[in-house]
Amino acid sequence: MRKAELLMAVVMGLFSTYLMWKSAELPIGWIPDEGPGGGAFPFWLAAGMLICCLWIIVRWVRRSSTVSASADQYMDAATLRMFFLVAGALTVMIGLIHVVGVYVSIPLFMLFYMRYMGGHRWLPTGVIAVATPIVTFFFFEISLKITLPKGLTEPLFYPLYDIFF
Amino acid sequence: MKTLCKTAVTPVVVAALAAFAFSGIALAGWEPKKPVDFVIMAGKGGGADKMARLMQSVIEKHKLASKPFIPINKPGGSGAEALVHLKQKAGDDHTIMVTLNSFYTTPLRQPGLGVDVMTFTPIGRMAEDTFLLWVNKDSGINNINDFVKAAKSAGNKWIMAGTGKGQEDQLLTSFLNKAYGLDMKYVPFKGGGRVAKELAGKHANSTVNNPSEQLGFYEAGNTVPLAAFTPDRLPLFKDAPTFRELGKDFVYFMQRSVVGAPGMSKEAEDYYRDVFKKVYQTEEWQGYMTKKSLQGEFLTGDDLKAYWKREKDNHQKMLKDIGEI
Amino acid sequence: MEILDHLMQGFAIAFQPLNLGLVIFGCALGLFIGAMPGLGSVNGVAILLPMTFLVPPTGAIIFLAAIYYGAMYGGAISSIMLGIPGASTAVATTFDGRPMALQGLADKALITAATASFIGGTISVILFTLFAPPLAAVALAFGAAEEFALMMLAFATFIGLGGDDIPKTLFSIFIGLVFSAVGLDIISGQPRLVFGDIPGFLHGINFLVLAIGIYGIGEMLWTIESSKGDVKISQATVTVRRIIDDLRTLKDTFKSIVMGSILGYFVGILPAAGATPGSLMAYGVAKTISKHPESFGKGNPEGVAAPESANNAASTGSMLPMLTLGIPGSPTTAILLGGMVIWGLEPGPMLFIEHQEFVWGLIASLYVANVFSLLINVAFIPAFIWVLRLPFTVLAPIIFVLCIVGGYAPTQDMHDVWLILIFGVVGYLMRKLEYPLAPAVLAIVLGPLAETSMRQALLISNGSFLTFFERPISGPIMAAAMVLFLLPILKLVKDKFWSRAAT
Repeated sequence: MRKAELLMAVVMGLFSTYLMWKSAELPIGWIPDEGPGGGAFPFWLAAGMLICCLWIIVRWVRRSSTVSASADQYMDAATLRMFFLVAGALTVMIGLIHVVGVYVSIPLFMLFYMRYMGGHRWLPTGVIAVATPIVTFFFFEISLKITLPKGLTEPLFYPLYDIFF
Repeated sequence: MKTLCKTAVTPVVVAALAAFAFSGIALAGWEPKKPVDFVIMAGKGGGADKMARLMQSVIEKHKLASKPFIPINKPGGSGAEALVHLKQKAGDDHTIMVTLNSFYTTPLRQPGLGVDVMTFTPIGRMAEDTFLLWVNKDSGINNINDFVKAAKSAGNKWIMAGTGKGQEDQLLTSFLNKAYGLDMKYVPFKGGGRVAKELAGKHANSTVNNPSEQLGFYEAGNTVPLAAFTPDRLPLFKDAPTFRELGKDFVYFMQRSVVGAPGMSKEAEDYYRDVFKKVYQTEEWQGYMTKKSLQGEFLTGDDLKAYWKREKDNHQKMLKDIGEI
Repeated sequence: MEILDHLMQGFAIAFQPLNLGLVIFGCALGLFIGAMPGLGSVNGVAILLPMTFLVPPTGAIIFLAAIYYGAMYGGAISSIMLGIPGASTAVATTFDGRPMALQGLADKALITAATASFIGGTISVILFTLFAPPLAAVALAFGAAEEFALMMLAFATFIGLGGDDIPKTLFSIFIGLVFSAVGLDIISGQPRLVFGDIPGFLHGINFLVLAIGIYGIGEMLWTIESSKGDVKISQATVTVRRIIDDLRTLKDTFKSIVMGSILGYFVGILPAAGATPGSLMAYGVAKTISKHPESFGKGNPEGVAAPESANNAASTGSMLPMLTLGIPGSPTTAILLGGMVIWGLEPGPMLFIEHQEFVWGLIASLYVANVFSLLINVAFIPAFIWVLRLPFTVLAPIIFVLCIVGGYAPTQDMHDVWLILIFGVVGYLMRKLEYPLAPAVLAIVLGPLAETSMRQALLISNGSFLTFFERPISGPIMAAAMVLFLLPILKLVKDKFWSRAAT
């Protein structure tokens, strides 16, 4: 827990510094007769973030907050495994949307999650994994007319569009 | 699953085909294969957005296209996001965009985008929006001389409200400042409707709104147009002289055009041109143009490109004059 | 009394069979659209626009009002059931609605939300009918300085919302405000904080992206960890008896509902404010005037009632600047304005005189839609409860998919989906270290309004801060905000003094 607290504060401190540097692309000072420049608002707020990070680090040194005094583990092995599995599966799913579109990657994700993580039987898993994209298609594409990304599978949908529009 | 679907929907297919035949769409020639992305270079509720949604409704009502046109707002970076999106869609036959004058100004002000608007496919100029100089009725100002006198004595305390920075409203403001030796302060707001309200609520001293934005307040007698940035007087505002009549040769319009992604196939280009030409000719569109005091005939192909070239050079010069590029 | 006649005519139109059918269909569709994280009334109203040519204009107005209200009710469903605010107007509803659902009181939270929405809608329609024309003048008098003062007041009502950890709460507020600055700086017209020149940052970081990331993905990761992957979210049951009991206990929240409705209506009238600040302020005020402020955030029904009544009241309120001034108070009213253009109506002061039947037809149909949304909502509650009882390993992937698809839909840009994932993962890691995240979400909603209005006001006043205090409307609002800001500090000093005196 202590390590994580320090690491987060340092990373966020670095991020604030980056934000300050990035904000400084626009004037950060006071322009006479006009008010603050375009970069002033994010710059000084990012400076505030940095101060908060330093404050957190000072507390860490003095062990004066609950988290920085805690001896608990930040993530035990089981949590870590779960975290990587879920976050990893999400990343793969979103990545696959670019390639094969939502209508392939969503059922794959649902299959993985329900079968592997949940240990459900094939029948309910399969039904839900197939039903979700079908419902999604009718709700978004047909009734709301919001097209979702399809990647390589795009041509497969041409006949469907011909039917419904 | 798929075959099951197919057999079940065969009657629907037949019905759909019959409907196409009735709606008079030639089945030969190019047709969109999927819904068309109708990108709007501005946010929801703005002039360009309203117009795009009107076009979409007209297309659906008269069944001018076999697939729906789906409006997508990409207002980011004064239209930079939309321009980059279209550039990345080069060669795509299903992406078109509604543009305004940020079509010229944004690539000029942000050369880093690497967008050359002359490569975009010209589909059609649907209208040109007009501009007038407006003041609040209670200010007692009735003509340009009163205006110049009042604005001169107020110096930089004279507030001109407008939409965006480095865009049409500011270009017009700097023209006025230069032509009459004024020092008006330009305050950008989000959206023309908001600007019109700032004037009616006396938070600003003057604006250069489009007629469609000020019409409500004008009809209620809250605001007055002093002069028009058009070659001839507008039928709706007969009492407002043009700047040409007042001795300043300055004319400015806002284009309302539809463009396609660069490198669109010839067949697709012809298809969209045909669709939008039909939209232009509908009663709804013509009625809208009269009502909102829009001008300009339908322009397409090389004529539209030549128009862009002229306007782009013009804007480049104006932006240089005010030091924005 | 002429107004009442018009209103009655409006009702007569709304109760014609075709229109009644449109209302029921619209409310049900709106309910589902609103319940989907990421989709709100904006999307619902946008899809309707092309249909306005197919049905007569009155039918179109009625259908549109039905979708609008249905989606407002639906937003609460997503907030309560999934803990993900479906729209910015429903953020405050998650604060207490979610804890209630986790305690197995989802039915009670849903009924409270529906009833509060209904009362909020009713009170606002009455206020609208009585005071529409004079209030238009108030809206007109609201300039940039007043808008900034109002934002300060909204921030002030929320002071003390974060945790007890001062640097982490401040950090959360700051990072939310910085993220709200991403995109375009309206005043200078320059792109700002476009990280790595990625075009997706040009449209800024949408509130929904942060909210779905933190409350959707982040919250799910948190639940998965604390439940070790498989547990039912809650053991909610629903019977007719329970619903009746729930309704009976509602009277405890009555004070909050009335306060929320009135506050929401007046904030909704102000241009550019809309329903979001209204619902946030109602939550803050409800907490302040409640007898049990400490139970807020832990599942107090008053914390659901106040923002829900306020956001519905504000939706009616925001019709006022739209109709009389032609200014959209919210994205939804922006689309509505587009619709009026298609019908050939000119928003502005003349609309109330020249097209009274349109104005009152709209108001009457809003009211009818309100009634039907309540009925449909209550009828669907058992179905929603049933969904909550699904095994978590079935519910979780469905919620993840909803987050991804719902996050994509508003901008149709994969960039936002990636951001959702990043915010979700980082938010989860920060939450484990006890960083409060709600302040960041509030900051990203209020930040852009506050910054822009402040700088516009300063431009107009030639850089003088006095403008905020000198003007007749912004002065008192600013003073009230200052008092609210100082109150917790004074209280802190007093508490310290007391505890010292006691020992």
